[in-house]
Amino acid sequence: MANITFITQDNIPVTVHGESGSVMELAVENNVAGIDGDCGGVCSCATCHVHVAKEQFSLVGQASEIEKDMLELDDDADEYSRLCCQIDITPELDGLVLTVAGQ
Amino acid sequence: MKKYQSPDPFTGAREHSGCAYMNDQDDPVTMILRLKDVRKTAHNWKTFQSGAAPGRIVIPSEVNIRDTRQIPFEVDPPMHGSFRALLDPWFKRPLGNEYRAQLGQQVNALVDEVLTKGVIDAVEAFSLCLQSRALTLLLNTDASEADTWIGWGTHVFRSEDDPLDKDKAGLLYDYIDEKINAASADPEGDLYSVLLAAEVEGKKLTHEEIKGIMILTFAGGRDTVINAVTNTISYFAEHPESLTRLRNEPDIIGRAIEELIRYFAPLTQMGRVATQDSTVCEHAIKADSRVSLCWASANRDASVFESPEEVILDRKLNPHVSFGFSHHNCLGATHARQIMRVLVETLIEKVGSIDIVDFEENIEQLGEFERKVGFHRLNVHFHPR
Repeated sequence: MANITFITQDNIPVTVHGESGSVMELAVENNVAGIDGDCGGVCSCATCHVHVAKEQFSLVGQASEIEKDMLELDDDADEYSRLCCQIDITPELDGLVLTVAGQ
Repeated sequence: MKKYQSPDPFTGAREHSGCAYMNDQDDPVTMILRLKDVRKTAHNWKTFQSGAAPGRIVIPSEVNIRDTRQIPFEVDPPMHGSFRALLDPWFKRPLGNEYRAQLGQQVNALVDEVLTKGVIDAVEAFSLCLQSRALTLLLNTDASEADTWIGWGTHVFRSEDDPLDKDKAGLLYDYIDEKINAASADPEGDLYSVLLAAEVEGKKLTHEEIKGIMILTFAGGRDTVINAVTNTISYFAEHPESLTRLRNEPDIIGRAIEELIRYFAPLTQMGRVATQDSTVCEHAIKADSRVSLCWASANRDASVFESPEEVILDRKLNPHVSFGFSHHNCLGATHARQIMRVLVETLIEKVGSIDIVDFEENIEQLGEFERKVGFHRLNVHFHPR
């Protein structure tokens, strides 16, 4: 349903295809380095932090207050940060490029 | 009130003040109660340090029973990060298929056993056994070691009549000394041997550093896992419909586990020591005084969690802090989560219902507050599906 590219912490692009579920689950299923998803996707661990390409940020939209509170204390966060457990895969995300945080 | 419930004693203080005070062996503690304040303070390691005198950030303080620094728990960045870089891959092993399969065999055998036994004490005959056997996987050591650890009872540092039992702590420290010496003479594939061969920042670890890592591994995951497992059994005893629901909706098992861990918060709080005069939530904190990050209170913060007093198995947004927050998040969390997952999957496969026969709650006295953290005894009868 959507092809999504992760740029890993070693600057390697990994493009994977997802049908449903969250972007974090897609990354974990495909062993994308740097996306751990320790809490399984309930916004508790912040181990699925990605930077969305600026020009594509409207595709994923703003984080919720709870997610923003988590990102606020992440030293690597910026205005295009998201926790990708909170992004559901939809056809609109086809072509999305996400940079794994922590580089 | 249902028997599984753990009412929040902090609601009033959290909403009105944000902080509370408790004395602990004449080293008082300012307890931080709101989720955002807890997270900010946990993140601010320069002002609120972990690397104080060994044992001081633990509540009740262990300064009088322990000289060995627990690592990486009582170390601040940047050295903390170097130890985590060494330890994290080992402590992520529970995600592997073989580890998971072995844990599954252990839990299957234990559940099969209690299903034939009639009434058992879930604390001694289930949770302690499960925790001890699973720890042999985390250490990659001989399965028979679990019998020794089960023999120590439910607390490593505590005996029935004394919350800080120096003799009992000595038992663990002597055991670890022996094991490090044995691995030094004859290295195997266990955690002791891995640590003996390892380097951090270009230097071999000392005996004392290895001992500090091992004490943390033993002590940090004992009461906490036992409480999480026992509380989970009490919850399912009073919610057989939840066993059915999880059987029918396995996709929500992950959320259910996080929710049970949020609600029961197996570790009530953890301390920090202020390195300078500061403030938290408009409360003055003096240099060299203690604060606590009260995970149990933060997890019931109604400004973040909808209906925080309810267990909502499919809670979607659940930013709980039961495994701590920021640099010092729980090293054993992957192991603990895998235990909970295998436990829930085994219970829904094999168990139809659980009866609670009688029980004795484990209540912590924290200054003016009393918090139920689990059970001293939970006599139950498991029934097969």
